Amino acid sequence: MIVAERKPIPELMEIVKEHEKVLVLGCGTCVTVCLAGGEREVSIISSALRMASRLAGQPLDVEELTIERQCDNVFIEQAAEAIERNDAVVSLGCGAGVQAIAERFAGKPVYAGLDTAFIGILEERGIWTEKCAGCGSCVLHEYGGICPVTRCAKRMLNGPCGGSREDRCEVRPDRQCAWQLIYERLKGIGQLDRLKKITPPKNWNSSLDGGYRVIVREDHRI
Amino acid sequence: MKPEAFEPKILAFCCHYCAYSSADLAGSMRLQYPPNVRIIRTPCTGRLETEYFMKALEKGADGVLVAGCLEGGCHFIEGNYCAKRRVDYIRDLLAEIGIDKERLRMVNVSAAMARPLTEIITDMVETVRKLGPNPLGAARTNPTLETA
Repeated sequence: MIVAERKPIPELMEIVKEHEKVLVLGCGTCVTVCLAGGEREVSIISSALRMASRLAGQPLDVEELTIERQCDNVFIEQAAEAIERNDAVVSLGCGAGVQAIAERFAGKPVYAGLDTAFIGILEERGIWTEKCAGCGSCVLHEYGGICPVTRCAKRMLNGPCGGSREDRCEVRPDRQCAWQLIYERLKGIGQLDRLKKITPPKNWNSSLDGGYRVIVREDHRI
Repeated sequence: MKPEAFEPKILAFCCHYCAYSSADLAGSMRLQYPPNVRIIRTPCTGRLETEYFMKALEKGADGVLVAGCLEGGCHFIEGNYCAKRRVDYIRDLLAEIGIDKERLRMVNVSAAMARPLTEIITDMVETVRKLGPNPLGAARTNPTLETA
């Protein structure tokens, strides 16, 4: 899922300062699961904005709404009336959600209420970790299901770097060395010979090149 | 006309298994505590959601007290630890908003701690009295005239 974090209240206040009526719009999918932008967080952030604006003597009406998915037209439509009757939208969706809303309401300012961080998983209660960088050409099959692009601080495809201590990363000692994990995993599944292969430099055409990416499925187009 | 003295209005979420019983015991023992608190009985402080604290302050409470069981003594094993973390989160959020975090406080008592509970309540009331009315402006001046 996509993992995000709440922006600090002073930053949100600065973002909405020119408006008097805003809609805080939550999203019921990824950001609900990572406890950043679901119905509960909409309630808390809206309360916080109302309190902060009253303290600042800056009148602000805050309406609350959460839709199932902000990145989907069918659900966005359900927010249309609420969006229309407010001066601006503070979206608690991920970056995709914010832009999806903004594109569909040309005359309405739409702001991000969250900092979208990464694609990751819930590691344990209250802890999320990044697992995927969305590089567009997955290499997980080569590395025992552990992504060196995302989880190695140096993004090495032919690791380890030699700087790790025990199972700790040289760059951030509070993190595990991805290459140690890859080694242990490949050993466990009897695929250590994969490490003998030298992997050529990664082709980044599928990711950090040529602007945003588009996937077209002709078989699904109407 | 002399303005009425500020009397803080404190909302106290009291766990059924400890603080609520303690408050009851305080009554049986004829112990006095300030009449500024409005007690809401909860099955466990772990039941309390973070937005309850926000709403209480937003609606005009001058302070919010969360009273749960002694650490290690929760009837539901760890509900009071959950509450403690939630209270800490909202205390930090209040600081971001510009509201003194001492307006929200978590305390731990057992069902037999009637006297300490009265002291805790008195301390909370006096702390909030020093902080003054809820800066959001919705706080009432005389709690005895208002229902919670």
